[in-house]
Amino acid sequence: MIALLLAQTIAITGGTVYPVSGPKLANASVLIRDGRIVAVGTNVLIPPDATRIDAAGKWITPGLIDGAGQLGLVEISAVPGTREATVQGDTIAAAFNVAEGINPASTLIPVTRIEGITTALAVPTGNLVSGQAVLIDLDGATIEQMLVKSPVGVVADLSESAKDAAGGSRAAVAERLRGVFRDALEYERRKTDFSRAQMQALSASARDLDALLPVLHGRVALIAYANRRSDIETALRLAKEFKLKLILAGAAEGWEVAAAIAAAGVPVLVEPLSNIPGYDALGIRYGNAGIMAKAGVKVALLEPDTHKSRNLRQQAGNAVSYGMTWDQALRAVTLSPAEIFGVADRYGSLEPGKVANVVVWSGDPFEFTTGVEHVLIRGKEIPLKSRQTELLERYKKLPPSY
Amino acid sequence: MRSLLSLLLALTGACASAARGTSAAQAPAPAAPAAALESTSVVRPQYPSTYTRHPNPPVLIRNATIMTATGQEIPNGSILLKDGRIVAVGAKVEAPADAVVVEGTGKYVTPGLIDDHSHLGVYAAPGTDAESDGNEATNPVTAEVWAEHSFWPQDPQIPLAIAGGITTIQALPGSANLIGGRSAILKLIPARTVQEMKFPGARYGLKMACGENPKRVYRTRGGPSTRMGNMAGYRAAFIQAESYRRKWDAWNKDHKGDPPERNLRSESLAEVLRGNMYVQNHCYRADEMAQMLDLAHEFGFKIRSFHHAVESYKIADLLAKEGTSVSVWADWWGFKEEAMDGIQQNAALNQQAGGRPIIHSDDPGGIQRLNQEAAKAMYAGQRSGIPITRDQALRWITANPAWALGLDSIVGTLEPGKMADVVVWSGDPFSVYSKAVQVYNDGWLAYDRSDPAHQPRTDFELGEVPAPGSDR
Repeated sequence: MIALLLAQTIAITGGTVYPVSGPKLANASVLIRDGRIVAVGTNVLIPPDATRIDAAGKWITPGLIDGAGQLGLVEISAVPGTREATVQGDTIAAAFNVAEGINPASTLIPVTRIEGITTALAVPTGNLVSGQAVLIDLDGATIEQMLVKSPVGVVADLSESAKDAAGGSRAAVAERLRGVFRDALEYERRKTDFSRAQMQALSASARDLDALLPVLHGRVALIAYANRRSDIETALRLAKEFKLKLILAGAAEGWEVAAAIAAAGVPVLVEPLSNIPGYDALGIRYGNAGIMAKAGVKVALLEPDTHKSRNLRQQAGNAVSYGMTWDQALRAVTLSPAEIFGVADRYGSLEPGKVANVVVWSGDPFEFTTGVEHVLIRGKEIPLKSRQTELLERYKKLPPSY
Repeated sequence: MRSLLSLLLALTGACASAARGTSAAQAPAPAAPAAALESTSVVRPQYPSTYTRHPNPPVLIRNATIMTATGQEIPNGSILLKDGRIVAVGAKVEAPADAVVVEGTGKYVTPGLIDDHSHLGVYAAPGTDAESDGNEATNPVTAEVWAEHSFWPQDPQIPLAIAGGITTIQALPGSANLIGGRSAILKLIPARTVQEMKFPGARYGLKMACGENPKRVYRTRGGPSTRMGNMAGYRAAFIQAESYRRKWDAWNKDHKGDPPERNLRSESLAEVLRGNMYVQNHCYRADEMAQMLDLAHEFGFKIRSFHHAVESYKIADLLAKEGTSVSVWADWWGFKEEAMDGIQQNAALNQQAGGRPIIHSDDPGGIQRLNQEAAKAMYAGQRSGIPITRDQALRWITANPAWALGLDSIVGTLEPGKMADVVVWSGDPFSVYSKAVQVYNDGWLAYDRSDPAHQPRTDFELGEVPAPGSDR
């Protein structure tokens, strides 16, 4: 059965293909076999056994990647029993990998994927070091089947909300992180002394320090939430001191230091539609994503409200309204996040060899007029059904039949 | 033209709405001052509006697509604003010599947008405890509090909403309480005092809340802790108010003897019983809305709008029959259990059933793009085979909220005689790429995207928030 499914060949034909890795192709086709893209172009030979999806007049893009959220980690925000993204009682929760908290049966997954989001970063929240974020495809019966990459990064919070965990000062946040990083390196050098209890107390548990080592060796990213300009600069400073592979998240005042972020080669995860001033970011503005992109920063867009992840395309459209080019915005929800999360060899564009996460749209994916016509995840066509489409069917005519 | 409108609306089952809007629009007149509707011992003014129209030369917007929210979309149309009124709308409009001419080629013009569910000013940015003034969560029934007494006119969220094309809001108390207090109906303009923003003559709304919020907030504080406790709480309050009303109505007939003792809480509720104040009811679940309709029947008042109403599509027929509007989001869901059944077709299904849907924001971000939210809800309906017209969707954010606030004879459509609350859009307001480029409030240019002199900034922003280029 599985072999049969894997052997399936699908040809999406005659649409306008936006490979993202290259210019758009009119009247082109995407050929998919065994869950991978095998050909993209205007003269693709379609095997006779291929299942055809006629995409004439349609737009074909890679599946969108949401740069951050808690998909799979939350069902009902107000019900603690359904929330898995935050671990209590460990302010340096570096070892906390959210993967086993993911619920493959979450109703949010179908709701989100039938609107063209096929991949999402599932991010831990809270604490000073929140835990490990993982990348998931929005399809799969098991956690293993959903996982694309684990971990993508260890999440740290350098925003106002982390101050409590560090004793109430931004300076303490930075110093606490430095202390933990130093302790992790010290722990690595003296594991034997540690096991013989011949070391002074460390500032975090051994498991958490262990979990930070890949970050300190640049193999795993540090995803740092920071919004105030000075906090962004602190994150850049820490990254320089410890030679970290840094990903900035939030970055509400990033536009004020866009040149420095670009010079450091640090990518950012940004919500375009945020402009309500608070003391964590009085300079927050709609133009943020566009200004940073223009300065040469690699930008991925995100819809931080997990239940509204499907509005990523509205976020992208507004990013265009407020300064990004359309091509930049499409890249910022496909190839750029794939690059930032270290999976661009498999994700983010329509190219031979890539995982076949493909969406067929009735038009411009960012426009409200546009609907999703087909979603393929790993080469499998996803039925356009969710709990919400079932509710609609039930109540379209009143009274409903139960 | 009018018959075309009737036909369009009849086809989609919204005749009741059209009839009301049409007859009212022909004789626009300011409503009576709210203070005169009060029946209290106090003959002195009761917190009156000091709003005055800001002067502006006449404005002719020409060669634009005019979306009137009365069933018409006029290509290459013009609209003339003068002395705070819409003077003419049509294919050809003569302008007085002193009119400012706005070239509208490629642009769209709509009525000013109305958000009937906002917490601007009462939950102001920067969002610290110091500005948390929306829930008087000290008693489950606080009908005596008035949102205007919390409202901070220097809330930096106000200019952001103006830039999104909003001209009128209902600022509501929060939903912690069964009965949260009076709403404030405000012209959204920069001002030093809330009095200068109060929509002249607007009736107050009374905020009520069902379900999870009150029972969560009061569970360990004396109750209610259940939905049946919620119902008992509303009933007890209105039973008191009935007695209060009787005493005052009797005394007001002849003013003989000492007036009854004044009670602010019952005073608000008595105004609801007299039909002078509109109930604005936060309520998510269909079964609870049906309970609230029974409550309204028990005490003989009308619920003007169910707010949030994520399950209203399940009883859209019942709501249409009751004449209660629904103020809903385009696509919010899942943040709590009573919000789990939210679907994107909610507004469209209510329209199809002959109801009166409204897209509200309840959010300082969403209020800046109410047009986009209406667009999402319209296209979600259309894609599901529910025939929503562009005019209907525009009415979700203009004429229908105007009705929910009792202001539909004054604002909410582009018709001669109506208040000149008008938005000029860079393109189709239902496109993600369009923005409000000019916002006229009562004929005054409240916002101009191309002119920093018409981009109001609050005191809060000075020295704190970097000055905007074209957009912040």
